[in-house]
Amino acid sequence: MRSGIFTQGKRAARWTAAGAAMVMAGVLAGCGSDGGSGGGGGTLTAYVYGDDAVKVQQAAVKEFNKTSDVKVKLVSVPGTDYVNKLRSAMGSPSAPDIFFNWGGGSIKPYVDANQLVDLTSTFKNDATLKDGFLPSIVTAGSLDGKVYGVPMRGMQPVMLFYNKTLFAENNVTVPKTWEDLQQAIKTFKGKGITPFALGGSDKWPELMWLEYLLDRIGGPDVFRKIQNGDSSAWGDPAVLKTAQTVKQLVDDGAFGKNFNSVDYGNGGAPTLLNKGKAAMHLMGSWEYSTQLGKAPEFAKKDLGWTNFPTVAGGVGDPADVVGNPTNYWSVNARTKHKDAAIAFLKTMASKSYAQSLVDNGDVPTTSNAASMLSGSPNPKFATDQYEMVQKAPDFTLSWDQALESKIATPLLTEISKLFAGKSTPEQFVAAMKAVK
Amino acid sequence: MSHVSSSPKVRGGRKAAVGNVGRPPVAWALPGILFFALFAIVPLAIAVYLSFCHWDGLNSPTSAGTANWTRLFKDPEFRQAAWLSLLLTTISWVFQTPVALLLGVWAAGRQRSRAVLSAIFFVPLLLSTTAIAMLFHALLDPNFGVIKEIGPWFGIDPNIMGSSTGALLTVAFVGGWQFMPFHTLIYQGGTRQIPQVLYQAAEIDGAGMFRQFFHITLPQLRNTITTSSVLMIVGSLTYFDTVLIMTKGGPGTDTTILPYLMYRTGFQTYDLGYAAAIATALVVVATAISLILVRFSGFGNMRSTREGM
Repeated sequence: MRSGIFTQGKRAARWTAAGAAMVMAGVLAGCGSDGGSGGGGGTLTAYVYGDDAVKVQQAAVKEFNKTSDVKVKLVSVPGTDYVNKLRSAMGSPSAPDIFFNWGGGSIKPYVDANQLVDLTSTFKNDATLKDGFLPSIVTAGSLDGKVYGVPMRGMQPVMLFYNKTLFAENNVTVPKTWEDLQQAIKTFKGKGITPFALGGSDKWPELMWLEYLLDRIGGPDVFRKIQNGDSSAWGDPAVLKTAQTVKQLVDDGAFGKNFNSVDYGNGGAPTLLNKGKAAMHLMGSWEYSTQLGKAPEFAKKDLGWTNFPTVAGGVGDPADVVGNPTNYWSVNARTKHKDAAIAFLKTMASKSYAQSLVDNGDVPTTSNAASMLSGSPNPKFATDQYEMVQKAPDFTLSWDQALESKIATPLLTEISKLFAGKSTPEQFVAAMKAVK
Repeated sequence: MSHVSSSPKVRGGRKAAVGNVGRPPVAWALPGILFFALFAIVPLAIAVYLSFCHWDGLNSPTSAGTANWTRLFKDPEFRQAAWLSLLLTTISWVFQTPVALLLGVWAAGRQRSRAVLSAIFFVPLLLSTTAIAMLFHALLDPNFGVIKEIGPWFGIDPNIMGSSTGALLTVAFVGGWQFMPFHTLIYQGGTRQIPQVLYQAAEIDGAGMFRQFFHITLPQLRNTITTSSVLMIVGSLTYFDTVLIMTKGGPGTDTTILPYLMYRTGFQTYDLGYAAAIATALVVVATAISLILVRFSGFGNMRSTREGM
């Protein structure tokens, strides 16, 4: 027996050795070729967040490559991996020349490391860019007054979505004030309907509640201070009031009992809304296309939307909006084809690009968008959304994008603890003040 | 090909095998050693080095002295994660070992149904961890999952993933479900090695099935238990995928075990220096536990369980 194993072992070992040698060769070759992919040979590598909207960018790239000597190569990175992959790539020699981002804190580490092209003067001197976009949108993506990004996708304000049928059946009015909201919670709870769907296991849907509550209670300046690096601003009474309001909502059963294990990503929360098990859902404007994909009938007939209500005693303007103003392209400072990159970014302001965004159901942030919205798949939704953003005196960028990841990650954890009842509003404030 | 000459010796069977067996020259180990060095030793050394640095992954690492390490010993989050890891490891061991042991002993027998059932039991090991985690995530959805219907029959709250104890137990269960077949296989192999004469002798002495199990099977499986336990413990300490997909460390931080804390610190907060310190601590603890286990179980002496036979 044993001898058999041994002779076999030798044969196997020979194969193993050969295999290992091949792998080693592959590894060594891999190391050698890594350096070359940084955008040489007349191509611009562009990283984009991989979701349904990528086809709009694909079309733009195809159009651009027809006339340009330097060709753009679009790399679509699946959404959940996007931030990680970008971060790793930017620290390596194979970084993209152009990349998708959310502006604000999402690009701060790259700005601090001098990795981005400052586009401020380009914007100032170029009419196409300067007049092409809504000014508030360009500002929202800036950092310390400098422009690093060109808007490239639709706007994504957070809205209060609701199930029209449930509201009609139970004679509830769409909440405009906090009293309305509390009445709605009471009525729906009494009928065994969860007032608000909430994908708590994904954490970021919980964040949206804090964003709106803090804006309504303390106005946009509180978060602006935090965003500018003043961690003591977490000690503002409005933050504590916000956290207390959250606790009150949780205790009142506004989100039902099991929101901790409901997700958004795999469709848990949207399904609650479209099956009539939950009455409302605070979510980014993409909820519309999500519902359109999951339950087209519901999205077309029963899905309603409105602004976040006022909060009693709050100083924030009820027209304020939170969410993602849009997404931006930024240019890597190490690119070999800076001019071509800027030329490509200019096409983002073109009418044809805005049109293809509209056709995709998005609401572009270009100045010429308003007139196109009538051609959108749902003109009412597109127009409401555009007006909501246009009328907003202030558009607060989602906190997890506005803050650097070293603050945003602990923030999401602390919010999750607050919602789960693992920490009190006071503990939440203390924990956030301590994050440096 | 000098090693060929040694093969007759090998063929000499058991007696010749003792002592200087026909082992291949050291050169044969070279690819393995290189591979191990490149993908284990070098990264480990870099991680230790990084644990003394501040690094965000973009700029060059800057020296941090012992800042990361002093932080580690004071960090309540690390302490909680270490405790949860320990808890998860203990639960996993207590849950997996008895079941795998009994299944393994059973599967070593010659029953008619054995082959078919063993093959079925083996299936979870063939699935990817990600697929398993997503599967259980869907089954345990509190509103639309199977748990909503079936849970109440057994007194299980459908919101099991939303409670801190429930979430940790679920993670332990899913891990157990996946890896038990592997340990069953180890025990099956171990049991098959036990010489039949022992059982025959026991039968003559009038020992029943239970006494045979406790006085022959269990003692004979001593080394197998150690092997399986070391694998189980190290596996549980480095358990990660299921947590990432099923709970994301939540609710709150109640399933944030060490590997997940390391991931969050390194790849979401981009504090790679501190993450490296957590990783190094994890390596030290896992190695220490394995060594202690091997030392105190007598496994390290490599004494044969068939001594005196």
